[in-house]
Amino acid sequence: MTFKAYLASATAVSICVGSAAFAEQLTIATVNNGDMIRMQGYTDDFTAKTGHTVEWVTLEENVLRQRVTTDITTKGGQFDIMTIGMYEAPIWGANGWLVPLDDLSAEYDVDDILPAMAGGLSHDGTLYAAPFYGESSMIMYRTDLMEAAGMDMPDAPTWDFIREAAAAMTDRDNEINGICLRGKAGWGEGGAFITAMSNSFGARWFDEDWNATFDGDAWKNTLEFFVGMMNESGPAGYATNGFNENLSLFQQGKCGMWIDATVAASFVTNPNDSTVADSVGFALAPDTGLGKRSNWLWAWALAVPAGTQKEAAAKAFIEWATSKEYIELVAANEGWANVPPGARQSLYDNPEYQKVPFAQMTLDSILSADPNDSTVEPSPYVGIQFAAIPEFAGIATEVSQEFSAVYAGQQSVDEALAKAQAITNEAMEAAGYR
Amino acid sequence: MARAVTSQRKAINTVVAWAIGLLIFFPILWTILTSFKTEAQAIASPPIFLNFDWTLENYAVVQERSNYMRFLWNSVIIAGGSTLLGVLIAVPAAWSMAFVPSKRTKDILLWMLSTKMLPAVGVLYPIYLLFIQLGLLDSRAGLVIVIMLINLPIIVWMLYTYFREIPGEILEAARMDGATLREEIIYVLTPMAIPGIASTILLNFILAWNEAFWTLNLTAVNAAPLTAFIASYSSPEGLFFAKLSAASTMAIAPILILGWFSQKQLVRGLTFGAVK
Repeated sequence: MTFKAYLASATAVSICVGSAAFAEQLTIATVNNGDMIRMQGYTDDFTAKTGHTVEWVTLEENVLRQRVTTDITTKGGQFDIMTIGMYEAPIWGANGWLVPLDDLSAEYDVDDILPAMAGGLSHDGTLYAAPFYGESSMIMYRTDLMEAAGMDMPDAPTWDFIREAAAAMTDRDNEINGICLRGKAGWGEGGAFITAMSNSFGARWFDEDWNATFDGDAWKNTLEFFVGMMNESGPAGYATNGFNENLSLFQQGKCGMWIDATVAASFVTNPNDSTVADSVGFALAPDTGLGKRSNWLWAWALAVPAGTQKEAAAKAFIEWATSKEYIELVAANEGWANVPPGARQSLYDNPEYQKVPFAQMTLDSILSADPNDSTVEPSPYVGIQFAAIPEFAGIATEVSQEFSAVYAGQQSVDEALAKAQAITNEAMEAAGYR
Repeated sequence: MARAVTSQRKAINTVVAWAIGLLIFFPILWTILTSFKTEAQAIASPPIFLNFDWTLENYAVVQERSNYMRFLWNSVIIAGGSTLLGVLIAVPAAWSMAFVPSKRTKDILLWMLSTKMLPAVGVLYPIYLLFIQLGLLDSRAGLVIVIMLINLPIIVWMLYTYFREIPGEILEAARMDGATLREEIIYVLTPMAIPGIASTILLNFILAWNEAFWTLNLTAVNAAPLTAFIASYSSPEGLFFAKLSAASTMAIAPILILGWFSQKQLVRGLTFGAVK
């Protein structure tokens, strides 16, 4: 062996040994939805680029939330990356439980993240979780039924128009409900919808002194309008309908309109799953002319728990999974309609993506949602369909149970609002806000 | 005098028994049927019962996405280990309560059972912290211990009930013949209580197999059993019912097969001492 060959071999061996030494195995807790599962299929691309391998722990949303919350609050160290939402990111960031993502590479182009997303995942201007995909809510409606009803859907309708259109599209004999909305108890289910809707009616959860405001007219108007419209034009048993139940109804042609997550647009326009794929139109979530619409803002984002021993590898994964290159990788293999939406401005600037029928309306919905200014009257909290305080999930779950009891006809609007007022004020007092 | 049963009454009893059996089994049957449908067929309204294009696609997807054998092996170790460890501890405990009862035996038994009434989530944080300290998070050994402790009151109760049916005089006779306590339990008591012990083992194996709170909260990758496997296919935002059904069918298949082959033993054990 010549000296040159010897040197080359030694270098090659050192590189291999070096790579092996720095290659980490990352454990990632994530939620089970189409985009996340798709990402798992591309993990080999990340491993090929960095040498790091990945173990996935995929759980149902509520189980995941409980699991990662237990782990991060006890410093269990079971996960190197956690999939969290817009509710957790600012709270956990403020508590010092997450590694700040303030040193991402220049190629990553952090400024390309939509400002609404970056804002909702930050605390005091520091980003604590990178959005994998983002969503707002919007109206999905049947263009054929709207036409048959002799009405035209405006791009930005009012609630009065929606109620009128829903009544006109309802055809009980043919099992067509004019409108399908979430009524299921749970702060992330029916609770999220009614909170976002209440913003457009001028309601808010708390006044500036953290007092509950369910005793005001705005909440009463919201609930009475919702219940009245759903009784006229909604499906039977809507009190137990969540995202999946309404998706199923819409895909089977049993809803004239559905107001829900923008991410549903790709499901209802997919001809493999939806019987109405070729007759779906989109519009902004309704308002009442008070200056706020009833759409929400949400992101599933990747965060690194503080104390992880694999911070560098974890950040490398986050840069890969939420990068422009990842979006292009998915588009090249599965088409632009299947890329994770709602996180980056560059996606919406892409002429290819602009051809996707729901792209512009998704962006418009996201841009019209501001978590820092979500209510007509001033409020002390950040968040649109939630208030980003640790106590909110527990309180809102209880309150949404009271509201679902109204939808099921088990109590009146006034009774539910009185209970909601008491539940919220008691909890806020116990937590030291009042 | 034996009561005469007419053939008409026999037929009615048979039909009623089958109807109840089918009603109880229907959710499992529906899950199995759904696992062979497409996602669109799975949510069809009105529901499609048998008239659909049967497909194995969901099983293929589940196999591709998840390491089923790893989850299965963890389930076998955790359910088997916790049951055997529980029986080892419970046999002497139940023996002492059945044959050497004290004034407080009944109270102790009730107290043991009352621990089952405590909501599991109430002790999640203490146990999680203990597991961190002991390095037991995401380990099969940790889960074997926790699941054993959860099921121990039931095991002790069941064994106590079976042991009470065994005449104490037989054990006394063994003692008079010079049997030690260990020999008395192993060679005299255990063989007589085999049907009861077997049904206790089977029932607790099933309970441990299905346990879905601790197995989800204390595992991540290494010790995750089939409950975690099922949870990975459940989604509130997206219709994956057919895949979820395929995953559920794969998770319950081993325990269904075990139950089918051991049903005689199970029924015999559960009715042990019921008729005197």
